[in-house]
Amino acid sequence: MVSGVLDYLWLVPAFPLLGVILNGVLALIAERPFLLKEAGLPPPGGSHGHPSRGNSHATEAPGSHGSGASGPHSAPVYRNVVAFLAPGAVGASFVVALLCVLSLAARPPEGRTFVQILFPWIQSGSFLAPVGFQLDPLSSVMALVVTGVGFLIHVYSVGYMSHERAFARYFVYLNLFMFAMLMLVLANNYLLMFVGWEGVGLCSYLLIGYWYEKQSASDAGKKAFIVNRIGDFGFLLGVFLIFWTFGSVSFTDVFARIPLLRDSGVLTAGMATAITLLLFLGATGKSAQIPLYVWLPDAMEGPTPVSALIHAATMVTAGVYMVARSSALFLLSPDAMSVVAVIGAATAIFSATIGICQTDIKRVLAYSTVSQLGYMFLACGVGAFAAGIFHLMTHAFFKALLFLGSGSVIHALSGEQDMRKMGGVRRYLPVTFVTMFAATLAISGIPGLSGFFSKDEILWQSFSSPHGSPALWFVGALAAGITAFYMFRLVFLTFYGGSRMDPEVEKHVHESPWTMTVPLSILAVLSVAGGWVGIPASLGGDNRFEEWLAPVFRSVAAAGAHGAATGAHPSVSLEFGLMGISVGVALAGIGIAYFLYRLRTSKPAEIARRVPALYDLVYHKYYVDEIYEWAVVRRVVDGSVWLWQMFDALFIDGIVNGIADGVRSAGDRVRRLQAGIVGGYAFSLLAGAVLLVGYILYRSMVP
Amino acid sequence: MIEPPAYLLLSAILFGIGVVGVVARRNILIILMSVEVMLNGVNVAFVAVGSYLGDATGGIFAFMVMTVAAAEAAVGLALLIALYRIRETIDITELKVLKW
Amino acid sequence: MEALFFILFGAIAVGGAVMVVTRRHPMVSALYLILTLFAVAALFVLRHAHFLAAIQVIIYAGAVVVLFIFVIMLINVPESRLPVERATIVRVAGVIAAGLLILESAVLARRFAMPKAPVSGVGTVEAVGRALFTDYLLAFEVTSVLLLAAVIGAIALSNKKL
Repeated sequence: MVSGVLDYLWLVPAFPLLGVILNGVLALIAERPFLLKEAGLPPPGGSHGHPSRGNSHATEAPGSHGSGASGPHSAPVYRNVVAFLAPGAVGASFVVALLCVLSLAARPPEGRTFVQILFPWIQSGSFLAPVGFQLDPLSSVMALVVTGVGFLIHVYSVGYMSHERAFARYFVYLNLFMFAMLMLVLANNYLLMFVGWEGVGLCSYLLIGYWYEKQSASDAGKKAFIVNRIGDFGFLLGVFLIFWTFGSVSFTDVFARIPLLRDSGVLTAGMATAITLLLFLGATGKSAQIPLYVWLPDAMEGPTPVSALIHAATMVTAGVYMVARSSALFLLSPDAMSVVAVIGAATAIFSATIGICQTDIKRVLAYSTVSQLGYMFLACGVGAFAAGIFHLMTHAFFKALLFLGSGSVIHALSGEQDMRKMGGVRRYLPVTFVTMFAATLAISGIPGLSGFFSKDEILWQSFSSPHGSPALWFVGALAAGITAFYMFRLVFLTFYGGSRMDPEVEKHVHESPWTMTVPLSILAVLSVAGGWVGIPASLGGDNRFEEWLAPVFRSVAAAGAHGAATGAHPSVSLEFGLMGISVGVALAGIGIAYFLYRLRTSKPAEIARRVPALYDLVYHKYYVDEIYEWAVVRRVVDGSVWLWQMFDALFIDGIVNGIADGVRSAGDRVRRLQAGIVGGYAFSLLAGAVLLVGYILYRSMVP
Repeated sequence: MIEPPAYLLLSAILFGIGVVGVVARRNILIILMSVEVMLNGVNVAFVAVGSYLGDATGGIFAFMVMTVAAAEAAVGLALLIALYRIRETIDITELKVLKW
Repeated sequence: MEALFFILFGAIAVGGAVMVVTRRHPMVSALYLILTLFAVAALFVLRHAHFLAAIQVIIYAGAVVVLFIFVIMLINVPESRLPVERATIVRVAGVIAAGLLILESAVLARRFAMPKAPVSGVGTVEAVGRALFTDYLLAFEVTSVLLLAAVIGAIALSNKKL
């Protein structure tokens, strides 16, 4: 099929991969020796040191182009190369993705699915998993968000990470993440998606533990990895079940076979529930939903741009993407849909309440992310997949902006993250303040901004959809109010009021360099305007976003009696009423925040004193980590210790050492036979011969 | 008329006598000669069976055995001479160097 | 007639063998070995293996035993220094085991089925030569390598500088 630009779809993940390779080479041959030299360690490899170091020259030639040949304190040239290559690769990827999507958009809506098979990857019997990419409206939204936001964050990282010594390593990981994430969203089958899924998990681990000398960072990395493992296990089982049921793992095949298999009775509701719940278990791990959300707040140990890119804008939304991708499967199982919706709503309210009491600026945002992801799952659970993806997109803009803004604040305050030691930063960081304020308005759901449209769409669907219920709407609306409250609490504590900064820190406060403020500004524009593509019909828009995604979720309508994608039917006045309530709740949240943190700043401490038990409970995040520690971690550790002592030390080692001891003692005895007396050997031979002939005789007599 | 088992019995007796010489004697020279007796016992069996079966292979095997016997005698006696030069003995029980 | 010769030469061979094994002085043993070899050669003739009978006499009695005798004379161990035989457990057990071996083989031999009519003509010089230079040519050539190796080994071992 001649597809013009679309034939270059493979370039989208290929560019970041190229970045990984080039930056990886730089990290190994330029950065590693440089860092080792700085640390006073001998360079690796000793005698066969590579030429770029130039240390073999007796005299330093002035025109030496060795990147590491400059003095140990000036920034080596390779950093500039990395700073150009890494964002460049992602930028190129974005341009290709944009061209591909434009080319796709030129097609009629029904033909907007492009599959490019590169080569067969795993082929065994009837099983075939190719390396292939699928671009359709859903993956194109994801690809654009991932590459677009990813590019901005790469640029931002150049500024943010400029003081870091392991500069190239960071960008290798970041590019690798982009590659894996693009594999995830562009894959045309579940197995390749799983590769990307695991790849982003690996990069998440690597980047959370970027400052691996810090105990808490490496612990957080491990926690993220292990918790994700639980979810990945479910995902993998789900994929196995899919293959078992459908005989294929490719998206187009699986979804095309649904009607046939359902009618023939192979695909029962129970099987659909099993598959979708297993997939959803994977989603709860990756997208930090109850009960597997605990890793995400800890993941804030990583550098802030990483938090923005991986743990807010892209990777954690992979679960939502996967659920939306599998929407046809989920719609087969009303039970699974209810589970998704309830988990989503519960996570949204649960983590929002935790966010109220956090003092670490990044942790507030982390819980906010968990909460917003809950919204997206709520949307998916009530069948409003388009609304979920819409919120995914707008959330990517404003949450990335919030993280980058907080990173800018942290950067300016020399690494301070505690909001109790901020205040009044507005004066020093005007650009950061303005952009972040816009994002805060967006996330709070102030009409006209992106967050308003997507969040309101979700709330409306959760009320009006056949899968929804007023209870879900109520929880969502309440969570929206809390979101507005804690976000404005963050803004007030950070940017307003008097300074509570260390005087030492305050002297050095400065606005960030352009590489950081420009991405902030672009994201701010997107946060404000990003929602305008999905203005609902009731507000005079035509919801172009939902229309764009319609071909993907067409099966939603086709799947049967659920008119889930139709939002405007019940009553326009009801929709306006609910909209008004949610805006009112948001404004109330802002008002309370203003009251508590601007007018009566002594009040919060007073409230905390008034209900110490409740405050403690929320402050300690409902003791979930402690409960997990007690109920799961301790059990696993005890079990492992038992296995180690009983099984490994006694059983396995017993076998191995027993064999060795047996051979040794046997040898000790057999050794005496080897007396060196030739006659003895001759006798042994004879005895053997006698026995052998005797055996032959015996056999000849006993047939 | 002599039956094949008679030759085989003779072969076994010759071989057994040779074995007795190998395991019971201490004189290396006599042990080597006993080995020749054993080989001759085997040859009797080869030749007899070969001729009863009308197959030349038995004779060929006996021929090979003789060749090996000659080689064995040559090397064995050379070893004996070398040993006698060093140890001044032809007593097999005094050879215990195989034990470490 | 054959039976008579078989018993005669068989008895000579066994008797000679017993003397080889039991004599105190190796020179005596060597002479009895010649007797045994001749008796075996006669048995070969009885089985129409003329060629083998000839080389039994020429090579075995003529060359190998002579080599033994040369060595016996060369090292010339005095009578007083010949090893004294003593009955040890291993030796007694060895003799008993050898007896057992003979017994077992004898029983086995009786159960050995074979065509009754002796076929002659496979032991002539012509027949052996034909087999040796056609079917068994490779084995024959390898034998020459074995002999060469033995010669080299013997020379190397006899070297005084060993």
